[in-house]
Amino acid sequence: MQLEFIGAFQILIGVLARFWPVWLAIALVLGASFTFKKRLGLYGQLFDSGVGIAGVAICLFWLFTAIFAGTVSPFNPLAQIPIMKDALPGAVVPDGGGIYLFGGDKLARDVFSRMVYGSQIVLIIAPAATAFALMVGITLGLPAGYYGGRIDAVLSFLANLVLAFPVILLFYLLVTPGIMDTPIPYAMAGLFFLFPIIFFCVLFFTRFKNRPQLLVLQLALTILIGGWIYVGLVFDADPLGIVSIDSNQLNIFVAVVFASSPGVFRIVRGLTMDIKTRDYVSAAQTRGETPWYIMLWEILPNARGPLIVDACLRIGYTTILLGTLGYFGLGLAPESPDWGTAIKDASRLLRSFIHPALPPTIALMSFVLGLNLLADALREQSLKD
Amino acid sequence: MLSFILRRFITMMLTMLCLTFVVFFLVNLEPNLKKLAISQTEQRATTEQLESWLVKNGYRQNFFVRYGQWLGVLPKQPNIDPATGAVTPRFRFCDEPDVPTYAGVLQGDFGCSTKFRVKVADKLFPALGATGILMFWVMVVMVPVALLIGILAGMREGSRTDRVLSVASIATTATPEYVSGVIFTVIFASWLGWLNGSAASATNQGVTFYNFTLPVMTMAVYGIGYIARMTRASMVEVMTQQYIRTARLKGLGFGSVVVKHALRNALIAPFTVIMLQFPWLLTGVVIVETMFRYQGFGFTLVEAAGNNDIDLLLGCSLVSVFVVLFTQLISDIGYAYLNPRIRVQ
Repeated sequence: MQLEFIGAFQILIGVLARFWPVWLAIALVLGASFTFKKRLGLYGQLFDSGVGIAGVAICLFWLFTAIFAGTVSPFNPLAQIPIMKDALPGAVVPDGGGIYLFGGDKLARDVFSRMVYGSQIVLIIAPAATAFALMVGITLGLPAGYYGGRIDAVLSFLANLVLAFPVILLFYLLVTPGIMDTPIPYAMAGLFFLFPIIFFCVLFFTRFKNRPQLLVLQLALTILIGGWIYVGLVFDADPLGIVSIDSNQLNIFVAVVFASSPGVFRIVRGLTMDIKTRDYVSAAQTRGETPWYIMLWEILPNARGPLIVDACLRIGYTTILLGTLGYFGLGLAPESPDWGTAIKDASRLLRSFIHPALPPTIALMSFVLGLNLLADALREQSLKD
Repeated sequence: MLSFILRRFITMMLTMLCLTFVVFFLVNLEPNLKKLAISQTEQRATTEQLESWLVKNGYRQNFFVRYGQWLGVLPKQPNIDPATGAVTPRFRFCDEPDVPTYAGVLQGDFGCSTKFRVKVADKLFPALGATGILMFWVMVVMVPVALLIGILAGMREGSRTDRVLSVASIATTATPEYVSGVIFTVIFASWLGWLNGSAASATNQGVTFYNFTLPVMTMAVYGIGYIARMTRASMVEVMTQQYIRTARLKGLGFGSVVVKHALRNALIAPFTVIMLQFPWLLTGVVIVETMFRYQGFGFTLVEAAGNNDIDLLLGCSLVSVFVVLFTQLISDIGYAYLNPRIRVQ
């Protein structure tokens, strides 16, 4: 049976039309941002430069694509329509089933839908893993930089130990199917996910310890919400059944956090060592503030500029790491639509078909590019102040 | 200076010791040993057969004893067949002594590769040589291009050239090897047909422009952006210095100021960055060698990790950790050497 095809121009129109909720949402957000630019602080200043606008627009595009993936993608990313195996872009599914805008892959799945759904996996894991890495890095980097001495020596040695490990080797050792049978990933998850809870408890305690009522409320909330997510993620035993994570994904998550927190640690440590010599820190010390108050409420807010820039770059880097994992077939399920896995599958068949390879590569590249542009614009703006 | 190097050297040794211990622990986890036993015995071996294979080949000895043997601080005992009582080497392909000897890494014996059925040294060092060739060409392409882009962009901050080159270098840092590799293969191998999409022939028939350009290009692109951005930042800083203004006011031409006064000072920071690129390049090597089927270090590492080839994997990690730490040391010493302000201190 012969497949029917639509032309290149129709493919373009079709793709643009499929993204309609995304365009709408971007238009709304950008319109609102331009209108209230003056009142939005650092975010508003991003709109002063072309690089900043481009960065924000690309990041928003992928954010909304991930949110509206169900509406944007015409097919289920795992559904196979046998006749569409290796179909070229623009192939029409017989019996009015729709159009494979970017063609079909070797298992007859829609490349376009897989690309759209792939954004969901990346946009959940990459920012979340970066957030955890930031928590771990900040909680350990602040005391290392502030106290110096033996704490610093031990923590820096550990950080350098992890940094000396080539990332790829680390992943091959930590993200194998076999390791799921051992308690190692769960122990590491248990350790890493403890850091945000500790961080927020100390944060609130140091600030509000003279106002017991407020403190009790905040500590209770932190421990309740943190503990709930903790139990759900580490032991997969959420009593309400809302928070749960696939053990594969937990493993990847832990490995990525493990690989990127030493980098955050080094940056926070360096910033702390720099900032602790400032006058306002001495003033706080003279006031008799506790060390942890000074670290969390004097030093950390003043280190936020470089940290935000680093976080943007780090999300991009984490996306690249996730792609690497997918490319080597580590961790994620083989049928998962994430971009790295899709690139791996497609790159083996480049000699015969090139169309399944291009959408995921361009998607990954554009998302990381957007984050890098955003980081660059943020750096420019924070240098101006 | 000497005590600094000595101290760094001791830290380096300690780091290597810790890391090899961690790797040794991870490859000897129960599921990994099972995987090894399954791949080394027949497909349908029963659980008892797997277990007896592990016992027979000494994988059930005490963990710390085996680490000591691998390291070379404990003697390796000859393997005695429990049934006959005769000394039988564990692996036929690699001669083991039949008396207890110290044969570990410290003695220069890396052990036996179960996957390739040779001595680790016989597999690892040719592979390193092959990767060395790749790295050499990557450096030859990457460093001059990156420095040129960085200097051109940083020469006149804020100019059109600067903005175009800056965005271009941001774009290359957003392109990991597996992305650029696919895109380059599509363009240069599938569409234009100028280059070979596989470097497999480079291993046997030698390196040619036709089979080696794509891997080199792919690896160079990811690094170029980063080095170029560092060079640009360093160049911008140098160009605002007093001595540059003095040179300009003296009446020197712009070109001569850049070449004679700015360049030397602007290249100190990129040197460190280039040295610190090696750990990143290591990941790139693994991706590129897998993608273009080039049998070098990265390819060996993937094979070793995929088959849980314990000795080979340990050898690979030792080499890669050594490369990372050694380049860090070089970058610190080189930085102190290049920068007179630090050298005097």
